[in-house]
Amino acid sequence: MSNVPPDLQYTKTHEWVRTLPDGTVEIGITDHAQHALGDLVFVEVPEGGRTVALGEPCAVVESVKAASDVYSPVAGEITLGNPLLATEPEAVNNDPYGKGWLMRLAPTKGAASAELMAANDYLKLLQTEGG
Amino acid sequence: MAFIPHTPADVEAMLATIGVASIEQLFDEIPASLRVKSLDGVPVGLNEMQIGRLMSERARADGRPLCFIGAGAYEHHIPAAVWALTTRGEFYSAYTPYQAEASQGTLQLIYEYQTMMASLTGMEVSNASLYDGASAVAEASLMAVRANRKSKSRLILVPRTVNPQYRRVAVATAGNQGLRFEDVPYATDGGVTPLDALKKYEAEDITALVIQQPNFFGQLEDVDALTDWAHAKGIFVIAVVNPTSLALLKPPGEWGTSGKGADIVVGDGQPLGVPLSSGGPYFGFMTTRMEYVRQMPGRIVGRTVDLSGREGFTLTLQAREQHIRRAKATSNICTNQGLLVTAATIYMSLMGPVGLERTAAASHASTKDLVAALTAVKGVRRAFAGPFFHEAVLLFDRPVAPVLTSLGKRGILGGLDLSEHYPELGYALLVCATETKTKSDIDSYVTALAEAVQAVRAA
Amino acid sequence: MMRTHDKANEKLIFEYSHPGRGATDQWPQPLPATASADLPQHLRRTKPPLLPEVGELEAVRHFTRLSQLNFSIDTHFYPLGSCTMKYNPKACNQYAMLPEFLGRHPLAPESHGQGFLACMYELQEMLKEVTGMQGVALSPMAGAHGEFAGVAMIRAYHRSRGDLARNEIIVPEAAHGTNPATATMCGCIVREIPVNEEGDIELDALKAAVGPNTAGIMLTNPSTLGVFERRIEEVARIVHNAGGLLYYDGANLNAILGKVRPGDMGFDVIHMNLHKTFSTPHGGGGPGAGAVGVSARLRPFLPIPIVGLEEGNRYRWLAEKDLPQSIGRLSGFMGNAGVLLRAYIYMRMLGREGMSQVGEYATLNANYLLARLKQAGFDAAYPSRRASHEFIITLKRQARELDVTTMDFAKRLLDHGIHAPTTYFPLLVPECLLIEPTETEGKDVLDTFVAAMTQILEEAEQEPERVTSAPHTMPVRRLDDVRAAKQLDLRWKPTA
Repeated sequence: MSNVPPDLQYTKTHEWVRTLPDGTVEIGITDHAQHALGDLVFVEVPEGGRTVALGEPCAVVESVKAASDVYSPVAGEITLGNPLLATEPEAVNNDPYGKGWLMRLAPTKGAASAELMAANDYLKLLQTEGG
Repeated sequence: MAFIPHTPADVEAMLATIGVASIEQLFDEIPASLRVKSLDGVPVGLNEMQIGRLMSERARADGRPLCFIGAGAYEHHIPAAVWALTTRGEFYSAYTPYQAEASQGTLQLIYEYQTMMASLTGMEVSNASLYDGASAVAEASLMAVRANRKSKSRLILVPRTVNPQYRRVAVATAGNQGLRFEDVPYATDGGVTPLDALKKYEAEDITALVIQQPNFFGQLEDVDALTDWAHAKGIFVIAVVNPTSLALLKPPGEWGTSGKGADIVVGDGQPLGVPLSSGGPYFGFMTTRMEYVRQMPGRIVGRTVDLSGREGFTLTLQAREQHIRRAKATSNICTNQGLLVTAATIYMSLMGPVGLERTAAASHASTKDLVAALTAVKGVRRAFAGPFFHEAVLLFDRPVAPVLTSLGKRGILGGLDLSEHYPELGYALLVCATETKTKSDIDSYVTALAEAVQAVRAA
Repeated sequence: MMRTHDKANEKLIFEYSHPGRGATDQWPQPLPATASADLPQHLRRTKPPLLPEVGELEAVRHFTRLSQLNFSIDTHFYPLGSCTMKYNPKACNQYAMLPEFLGRHPLAPESHGQGFLACMYELQEMLKEVTGMQGVALSPMAGAHGEFAGVAMIRAYHRSRGDLARNEIIVPEAAHGTNPATATMCGCIVREIPVNEEGDIELDALKAAVGPNTAGIMLTNPSTLGVFERRIEEVARIVHNAGGLLYYDGANLNAILGKVRPGDMGFDVIHMNLHKTFSTPHGGGGPGAGAVGVSARLRPFLPIPIVGLEEGNRYRWLAEKDLPQSIGRLSGFMGNAGVLLRAYIYMRMLGREGMSQVGEYATLNANYLLARLKQAGFDAAYPSRRASHEFIITLKRQARELDVTTMDFAKRLLDHGIHAPTTYFPLLVPECLLIEPTETEGKDVLDTFVAAMTQILEEAEQEPERVTSAPHTMPVRRLDDVRAAKQLDLRWKPTA
């Protein structure tokens, strides 16, 4: 049974979004996603200063069996890619909602965002997917 | 039945187990309208004795002329042990090493190959090979587009001194993904790419510059100046090299004066123990720096440990490949050229650094002797000044094609007529002599040439 | 059974090096340093490359021992679905390696190549005949390369008719990974469509997916699920009516060789895997050869060069001037000539009657194995369907009940001296084994396989640890893939 913290928002493609006090957001992949991928061997995060569109692939998570794009659930400007992941990709497996965050982003004001789900809706999604 | 061991008794027992009356019944899901009636266009089968005879006749018809053609495929002595070992069933009929525990022979061999190629080219890492040198240039161009984050143009500069077939293949392969390839002219005196020719690109966004060394004419490019120019502008350098030449020439990893060297190195590995064989199978090699390893197409073997802590080898970084990433793969490549890599690794092991250097030196000497002997014939002169390595362009005072035909009748393949690819050179012939050519071979060529030019009127 | 060779003993070739050693017989005579003095100093190599310094016997022993660590068709059964691991006849190797063929330069004139060109021409003709196509090119150097050529030809065809909007390639979700990768390489967009529980394409989904943007559909038939696409003629009609073309992935041609022809099914362009159906060696991962076949309307776009026959029975290369609309050259010369010669010899030995025997006995062997494995308690993915030349067993139930996966079965089979079948492909069927025996295996070998599978199943029920930690008798145990990808060790480095 995968972990789904109640205070975050989620996407259909298994990303999570945390709104920080200063208005920026933190983005990562869910426990379900890290489990499906298996032990991560490499993570590529975007550089600060890069502008990303809604749904644009902006990070790559690679395990032995799969390499997956991570799609930005929010349009905006990247403020920081998690520097820890260059040497410790396994942080995404061990602590996907904490130390394993992928990137932080300043959302573009007024831009449309992806359909972000509340935790219980994401849980329902996982149940229908058999996760 | 060819290679099918079943006896009638076997078939009967198997059909009974399946629960059908005949083999034909197993095809009952296929609409009858689609069934083949006959294959008259295929001849009746031959047994081994008959096919052996046919192939021997055809081989005899082609004969063994004395060959002075290079142009991307080079005749070198191949030690007997190379193919005796490579055609061992355990190498020859082995599958791709996906089940690593059952493939440690192949995997370790590829790891050894990767080590040798990285060192030979002066780079940090090698893949397990690509199809051939031409497609390797295409793959290197695609890789440069992926890896060169500073460039958006997808424009690749290709000097005209790069093998013209390599350029054609690059266009045919990568043109569909938005890459553009632009020619850079050469200087007619030296047959190399002058820095002047790059001036027009000073302000442009270029993704990569291809530099071939020795170039298609056999001439030696000023690789340091070209590399420095490219790197100053954030342009990737794709080096295309002859592996034998690297025993004598500075490897691309050391090109340029900044210490960085070329970014991606490719070429055809055929000179390393692979026979000419009418053009294939050969293998393409690709090496690069560790920072770009994840952008490199093709298979890669890595060393790791097993459950007992014992060392072993396995395919790695496979997540980049087609069978996992599907539409997002770095390439659609599914194979390498395993058997040829096997031959090349054994060849390089037998030759070692000394043998390879001597081969390169002897080839260079042979070509110089050939050029000296041929230019002593009236009407023949060198096309370019300046240093060259194991190939050279000669200019004639009459069309080259009939001269070659005449030489051919005397059992000599004199070289490659350049009029198709480089009509601006006039009556030009690309000649090559490797360590396989003796002084007496060169004398035979000169004698035959003297006869041939008498037969063909001067222009 | 595997030679029990202690893996720990087989060092890297570099670790056998002794300075000054070498296979000196193989080296040209040394020349004085002045011989290369004309090479400018700044272009010369200063340090020798890291190549082994070993004598000939040391090299021979090392590589012979390495070979003994491999499985191979010559030593082991390989029921690898979609790979067609049939016997590679020695005659094909011997006659392809006649010195005149081996020594011929690719740019040697046609006057010095009529024997070789005759073989290539006849190979083109035979491939046309067995596939029902009107044109064949031999230069693509692998299956994926042939796929690239095929999709490029489809695009070129549409462009030549001004039909520039057609850039979508439809691919069934069960397709091999090269298919969508190839489509992308050709600048196309991939649209996946589902297959139903019987393994056939969902026709409604197909009808919804085709339209004015459809360039074509890429299919294998029999499909990657091991079953024949029964309504292929309907599929062809739907795609053709929408203006698209049909591409045939020839990976499974062995199932229908001599029995059905892709051209007759309505396919416009096909690639063949000569290293599968036509028995050229797998070589530890290549070289392959991915010849392509086309219908008449695509002939102008074939990759060059191809062999033509002139008056007076002279063969010559047809290239840029002869096929101005060609998609171009895909190879530095003309493709993997040596591989093509092997395929030629094989096809001549089979002859017309041998072709259909391949399809028949490959199908017989697969159906026999399927029946016996079902009897032994294994679950077929498509139990109501005939096997083609291959079929799928799913171990989903065993994975759930016994916590033993397909990967575990595959590794334990190695201990029985059998290479695992294809695992986890197609992605559609969970915990699957795709099994293809080929026609060159006898009944006794198939029975041995069933016995091994049965034994592993029993072991999974009684002593699962033996299975989940397999293999036990190979030169290495299971390898740490994660470490291989995280701590990249891709070349040997000398310690000092």
